[in-house]
Amino acid sequence: MAEQTGMPRSFQEVILRLQAYWAAQGCAMMQPYDMEVGAGTFHPATTLRSLGSKPWAAAYVQPSRRPTDGRYGENPNRLQHYYQYQVLIKPSPPNLQALYLGSLEAIGINMALHDIRFVEDDWESPTLGAWGLGWEVWCDGMEVSQFTYFQQVGGHDCHPVSGELTYGLERLAMYVLGVDHVMDMPYNDPQAPIPLTYGDVFRQTEQEYSRWNFDVANTDVLLRHFEEAEAECEAILSQPEVDPKTGQRIIMAHPAYDQCIKASHVFNLLDARGVISVTERQAYIGRVRALAKKCADAFVTTEAGGFVA
Amino acid sequence: MPDLLIELFSEEIPARMQARAAADLRARMTDGLVEAGLTYAGAQTFATPRRLTLAVEGLLAASPTVTEERKGPRADAPEKAIEGFLRGAGVTREELEIRDEKKGQVFYAKITRPGRPAEAIVAEVLDHVVRNFPWPKAMRWGSGSLRWVRPLQSILCILTDDAGEARIVDLEIDGIRAGNTTEGHRFMGGGRFAVSSFEDYEAKLKRDHVILDAQQRADHIWHDATSQAFAAGLEVVEDQGLLSEVAGLVEWPVVLMGQIDEDFLGLPAEVLQTSMKEHQKFFSVRNPATGRIERFITVANIESADHGATILAGNQKVLAARLSDAKFFWENDLRIAHAGMEEWIEQLSNVTFERQLGTQAARIRRIAALARDIAADVGADAGRAEQAARVAKADLSSEMVYEFPELQGLMGRYYAEAAGLPDDVAAACEEHYRPLGPSDAVPVAPVSVAVALADKLDTLTGFWAIDEKPTGSKDPFALRRAALGVIRIILDGGFRLKLDRYIDAQLLRHKISLNHAKASDDEIDTLEEVLDEIADHGVFGAAFRAVMDRLQEKENAPETEEGSLLRIVGDVVPDLSTDLLAFFHDRLKVYLRDQGLRHDVIDACLMLDGGDDLALIVARAKALGDVLETEDGVNLVQGFKRANNILSQAEEKDGVEYSFGADPKYAEVSEEKDLFAALAKAEGEIAKANAVEDFVGAMAAMAALRGPIDAFFDAVQVNTDNQVVRRNRLNLLGKIRDICLQAADLTKLEG
Repeated sequence: MAEQTGMPRSFQEVILRLQAYWAAQGCAMMQPYDMEVGAGTFHPATTLRSLGSKPWAAAYVQPSRRPTDGRYGENPNRLQHYYQYQVLIKPSPPNLQALYLGSLEAIGINMALHDIRFVEDDWESPTLGAWGLGWEVWCDGMEVSQFTYFQQVGGHDCHPVSGELTYGLERLAMYVLGVDHVMDMPYNDPQAPIPLTYGDVFRQTEQEYSRWNFDVANTDVLLRHFEEAEAECEAILSQPEVDPKTGQRIIMAHPAYDQCIKASHVFNLLDARGVISVTERQAYIGRVRALAKKCADAFVTTEAGGFVA
Repeated sequence: MPDLLIELFSEEIPARMQARAAADLRARMTDGLVEAGLTYAGAQTFATPRRLTLAVEGLLAASPTVTEERKGPRADAPEKAIEGFLRGAGVTREELEIRDEKKGQVFYAKITRPGRPAEAIVAEVLDHVVRNFPWPKAMRWGSGSLRWVRPLQSILCILTDDAGEARIVDLEIDGIRAGNTTEGHRFMGGGRFAVSSFEDYEAKLKRDHVILDAQQRADHIWHDATSQAFAAGLEVVEDQGLLSEVAGLVEWPVVLMGQIDEDFLGLPAEVLQTSMKEHQKFFSVRNPATGRIERFITVANIESADHGATILAGNQKVLAARLSDAKFFWENDLRIAHAGMEEWIEQLSNVTFERQLGTQAARIRRIAALARDIAADVGADAGRAEQAARVAKADLSSEMVYEFPELQGLMGRYYAEAAGLPDDVAAACEEHYRPLGPSDAVPVAPVSVAVALADKLDTLTGFWAIDEKPTGSKDPFALRRAALGVIRIILDGGFRLKLDRYIDAQLLRHKISLNHAKASDDEIDTLEEVLDEIADHGVFGAAFRAVMDRLQEKENAPETEEGSLLRIVGDVVPDLSTDLLAFFHDRLKVYLRDQGLRHDVIDACLMLDGGDDLALIVARAKALGDVLETEDGVNLVQGFKRANNILSQAEEKDGVEYSFGADPKYAEVSEEKDLFAALAKAEGEIAKANAVEDFVGAMAAMAALRGPIDAFFDAVQVNTDNQVVRRNRLNLLGKIRDICLQAADLTKLEG
């Protein structure tokens, strides 16, 4: 792709420039994970691949869902479905901050005009049993990214340590494009034969999902899904390591982790439906964390997790 | 003598950790150097977001050579012992010296520890300091194992000799080799550069847009902020905490003042201030004439090409988004407030206060009941106190407090005003949380006092009821603070109230709600009846017995035998109550100790009036403390103790208590007669003084006994052979004890 100069003109151009930039830095361009997740971190390319000793470098867009943030498409920057751009490099390179700043320049942020700051923000995911230290990155007082050095994931110490970058794409693009309401943001090039705004693409779905998330989702069914996902996750992990059919050692960390993701998302939906009390909340989070830990335990005994027979 | 310069250059260090880290670096490095024999003339330390720096002046170039003599075994000691000594001392047989001593010939070794060059010592100490640095939270990065607050990028470590010649200290920590280079500002610097001394370092940093000294950065920010505000006829709202935080977020502060959109100027000043500070680290700029917050100050880390225009515009935009959230909350909240806040109060029945202690709504009902009880004692109208307690925590359901928990209480006041509630009720919403800490003011308005006391007592009794008392350093529910709050409110206001009664009542309310699910209606009714009786009887015990007596006559009365719910509650409440009162006494002693009153003086007065009227205890203790400062007081205590010792020994020996029947007619000498007369006088005076709570008078009357008691002991022998006289004298001593005890329990005094 030719070097692009000047300011991006659309949401998708911001994404494309990030893709080009991180591809040029040698990251594997992954695609979004095909399940509902609350954040890019849940993608196994981050959670599982941050475990074990094998080097890794990946970047991808991840659609993320936060049912409680639904505002029927009316709030200028709150959405129940949005995009995160995620970069994970293990071991974290010594120049990760410089690489990151390069990515901001790639999307048109001129370092001579803006005030970029690394402000303390420690990251913790109780559902993933994970934490790390880092910053939220501010551009002129606005948080544009989360920058984290993973210390623990799924209860396992990270060694080597992964550096994780998460960009909230809508917010970042709105800033770069100078748009005040997310729905007004050009999705493709405004000069395109059929110009589309973010609203053209997503306003209706925001309304539909907001209604479903808050008022319609069947909580009995969701509760059952949660139980089922939890049971399935545990059932998968309790299988013998050696597959009786092929005679090979096949530990099913990823299929089990899918169930963990599912349980986590179902929990978020239940939360949006307001049927989880404060005390129950902790218990549910604990149950998802227990699954995440078991998946992490399983992953580190696989080849991708650095296991050597 | 060389100077040492160390810079630990890293990715951004959290602002709140910088000052402490700089101090730790200095303390640990200089301690280590001195311990290794390297003394120095002075040391300075600095921190910026990306570096910790230590400059040590006038360091010894090498540690001095130290010689020490060590005594060994006797010359004829077994070979093994001598070999052991040689090993330990690190010398050879030939180097030993033999000296003649009284016990025979003894080996001596002279051990010389040669001095080491500063370079080697610095390398060693720095390695240890870096590897063991006390960061509140540290991390690993990449493939390394070193822990630092954020990735450590480079180490600068040089020794500069008197000629200005700099040498790099040879040192490598986890793959980072120390050098003589660093870099300046992230965006305005010109790449890495070498330095040869601290002065050179500081100057080159400045050239590359880094102000090394945090205080200088803070001064610069404050100076620019106030002058920009002044130029606009405004003033900056002072905030030291924010100032030092912001000084820790930038290496090159650039102060920019921006406008707050007209739309938001109607928000309460505290909301603007909190939102701007918490989310954006902005200073608030106020119009001194109106008190309104009209602008903000932000501090950038860069001199930008357009003189901050883009930066300011960006910040303004973020602020507008934040404030429209705040405005949205405020307007939504006001709608509910105007409607009387009922919706919020209802919501609180879905919010758990504590798992066992139930919902916030249940808590509020208990607090309201207690506030009503307490009201009269603090000069408040009972209805008002109850009404205030019912709404005091309503703002916990508001959107604003959900967003900014630190505004709880304050928002309650705004909303109560919006709801059209009386001023004293609105004030109580804010003030009932006070005092928030040892230096925070206590509430004084009667309604606020009633709710504040009820709130704190409900918390204390609740956690006592479920046995979650503070232990050691663990006090997760801040119960010590709550007790201190109660003490300060009572003492500062001079309120006279019997704590016991309220503790009992509230413990019982907790027991009722804790047992609500498993108890029968009759049992609950009975306990409610006890609650009513406490108001009449003053304490739980008597109220409980009265109700139990009535139950005897009732048909189908709930069970009251051993093991029944009523019996268990009847047994446990007095124990918990006594225990909680003792906790108050402990806190009271700690509080008064800080005001210079000895704990044993308080002990001597604690239980004289039942122990639950704190104002009375303190008044008595202060009077006793004062009298103990006088010569009469000190001597009286000596005389009293002498009397008490003789008495206790005799009582123990004879197995009787000498407390009755002293008769002046058996008095043999005039000093004895005089003591009888003095005691009779003192007894009357103390009783009279006590009756009007004139403790200074009571103490004076007691202290006046000093002369007669001293004269008595000088003149007579208590344990004489004449048993009648002896018994009479012991009974006389018993009278001293009894009469003094009316003023203070002097046996509790130490020394």
